[in-house]
Amino acid sequence: MSHTISTRAKQVDRRPMTFMESLYIPAILKGLRITLGHIFKKKATINYPEVQRPFSSTFRGLHILNRDEEGRERCTACGLCALSCPAEAITMESAERKPGEEMLYREEKYAANYEINMLRCIFCGLCEEACPKDAIYLTQTFAPSNFDRKGFIYKKDDLLIPFPAETTQKIETK
Amino acid sequence: MFLLSLSLSLVIEKVILISVILGGSLGIAMYSTWAERKVAAVMQDRRGPNRAGPFGLFQPLADGLKLFMKEEIIPTLSSKFLFVLGPSLAMLMALMSSAVIPWGPDIVTSNGTISLQVADINIGVLFIFGVVSLGVYGIMLGAWASNNKFSLLSGLRAASQAISYELAMGISLIALVMMTGSLSMREIVDGQHGFWQDGYFSWNFFKQPLGFLIFIVCSFAELNRAPFDMAECESELIGGYHTEFSSMKLGFYLFAEYINMFVSSVILSSLFFGGYNYPGMDWVALHVPPILFSLIGVGVLLGKAIGFILFFMFIRWTLPRFRYDQLMNLGWKSLIPLALVNMLITGAVILWLNK
Amino acid sequence: MDIQQLVFWTISLIMIGCAIGVIMSRNPIKSVLFLIMTFFTISAHYVMMNAQFLAIVNIIVYAGAIMVLFLFVIMLMNLNADTEPQKNTLVQFAGVISGGVLLLVFIAALKSSFAGIENQNINLQQASDIGLIKNLGQMLFTKYVFPFEIACVLFLSAMVGAVVLGKKEKELGQTSEL
Repeated sequence: MSHTISTRAKQVDRRPMTFMESLYIPAILKGLRITLGHIFKKKATINYPEVQRPFSSTFRGLHILNRDEEGRERCTACGLCALSCPAEAITMESAERKPGEEMLYREEKYAANYEINMLRCIFCGLCEEACPKDAIYLTQTFAPSNFDRKGFIYKKDDLLIPFPAETTQKIETK
Repeated sequence: MFLLSLSLSLVIEKVILISVILGGSLGIAMYSTWAERKVAAVMQDRRGPNRAGPFGLFQPLADGLKLFMKEEIIPTLSSKFLFVLGPSLAMLMALMSSAVIPWGPDIVTSNGTISLQVADINIGVLFIFGVVSLGVYGIMLGAWASNNKFSLLSGLRAASQAISYELAMGISLIALVMMTGSLSMREIVDGQHGFWQDGYFSWNFFKQPLGFLIFIVCSFAELNRAPFDMAECESELIGGYHTEFSSMKLGFYLFAEYINMFVSSVILSSLFFGGYNYPGMDWVALHVPPILFSLIGVGVLLGKAIGFILFFMFIRWTLPRFRYDQLMNLGWKSLIPLALVNMLITGAVILWLNK
Repeated sequence: MDIQQLVFWTISLIMIGCAIGVIMSRNPIKSVLFLIMTFFTISAHYVMMNAQFLAIVNIIVYAGAIMVLFLFVIMLMNLNADTEPQKNTLVQFAGVISGGVLLLVFIAALKSSFAGIENQNINLQQASDIGLIKNLGQMLFTKYVFPFEIACVLFLSAMVGAVVLGKKEKELGQTSEL
């Protein structure tokens, strides 16, 4: 007999049609009843731009680079995120903090460049897990579409959350 | 010899009537495309077109514009004249059969009567048959001229299907014609006056239920619509006869299908569902002005036709496609004998009633 | 020349042109299309003679069914202009003779029918209504009922013959299996 992988596999019934079946009409009416029923069912579609389906609380979307309470970058360019990334989407270059830049960077070392390739990223969240400084987080948004591949390589400017307003003022007053 | 003495007023009257009918059927065909997508969506728990205008009502205009803007492609090795002739013929034949349909009761004014029928020829039913049988040329020529094997196969399928189902269609109509005693569409419709006459329903549907069933199945086949859309069966033949067509030539083919659907809906309602007749029409005729009475008749006919269009769509989005051998078996081994039996029974009943 | 004659001559010219096209065109598909056009012009002549039934039946049967089958077969056979076989002189000679004889028969038939019109003085009014479906049906089932029935039997026998031809192959296939 047949060797099937799934237990749900069903043998095709190849018996010739009975007289009632060969009339087609009962079967047609049955089909019409089903489609008629579907007219009154709730639509599965969501009117997207007007109505948005909420993400689940564990949704992992676009990354951000976090700042601490004083508005300084938390990232110290240790490279653990890049190391943990299974898709090898993260690259960075580190730089040493100059005197007078304490307002900008929390640690003595910081990321001069920080890039995530959103086409490679699989949004697994391992970078978030790996970060010892709580610097990288995955948010509840996703990468918008783009015309070329370059647009999907997010630079540090795209990832860093904006300066808090008070910090901006402090720097300007200096 | 027939007389070519045409008065100017008659010519103007007919020209206006023809333009209104053509415009109307084009408009209805346009919105049938919208309705088809909406019906399909509703049956599959979707929303359908809803972006262009309120409820997506401008969608047909957008589609038409898109088709106009597309690049016109004529395959190098195709027969160019026939390639263009195919869609034109399809469109022409689709529009032609509306000529013999009585769209409403005559408008009786003090200056004379205005007939709401382009040509009341005494062989109206046969005229429709002739046009339907020619309709397949549009598909066949376009398919052959494409110089594409899939198109050719689809053209052959379309032709054999049309020829096979024409027979059953014709025989089922003979029973109806035997009852009415006329081939004129006007007389067939007038024979179904009102709704209840002489102790029985006057609509032919109640006198010829089997004939109606055969006729409607055959119309599905003649229209090349699901479940009989073998000619454009995309899982086997890519796009069927319009694989090689682009731009407005493709649009003509698609549009011709919808015009055909509208016209055959009108024919179905005229032949079997009383056309412009409705219950209580005699009372209405006494109480409203004649122009309004005629317009109500037109409205009733259009209402029935739209009902049939929705039914065509309903069936299309419910049933899977027939296999080709099933299609031929159904046509030759079931419908034709059934139609013959129906004809014999009708003849016997007519003889028995007249005795 | 009144409008009726104008229409008559126009249709006739188109008809003869298409008929010549049938035999002159080298592509068989074009030939069939010319033939369909010829049928249409013949139908137009029927309409001119107030024989609407004949006109429409001509279109349904010939243009709508038989020519579709012709097209069908020709499309399947994939005939091209260059695959046309070379005909030898004998065949051409036979063709000319048989065509000439056919022409003679046509001319003789036309002549005798003209003679009939002159001699019998047919009532034109009655003659013009004969093509209408009611009169035609009455004639067919009273005066010409015997030829009509004979034609029916002929068609029936043709149909039976087709069925037999179709069945024979199946039986052969079964025997070969045994």
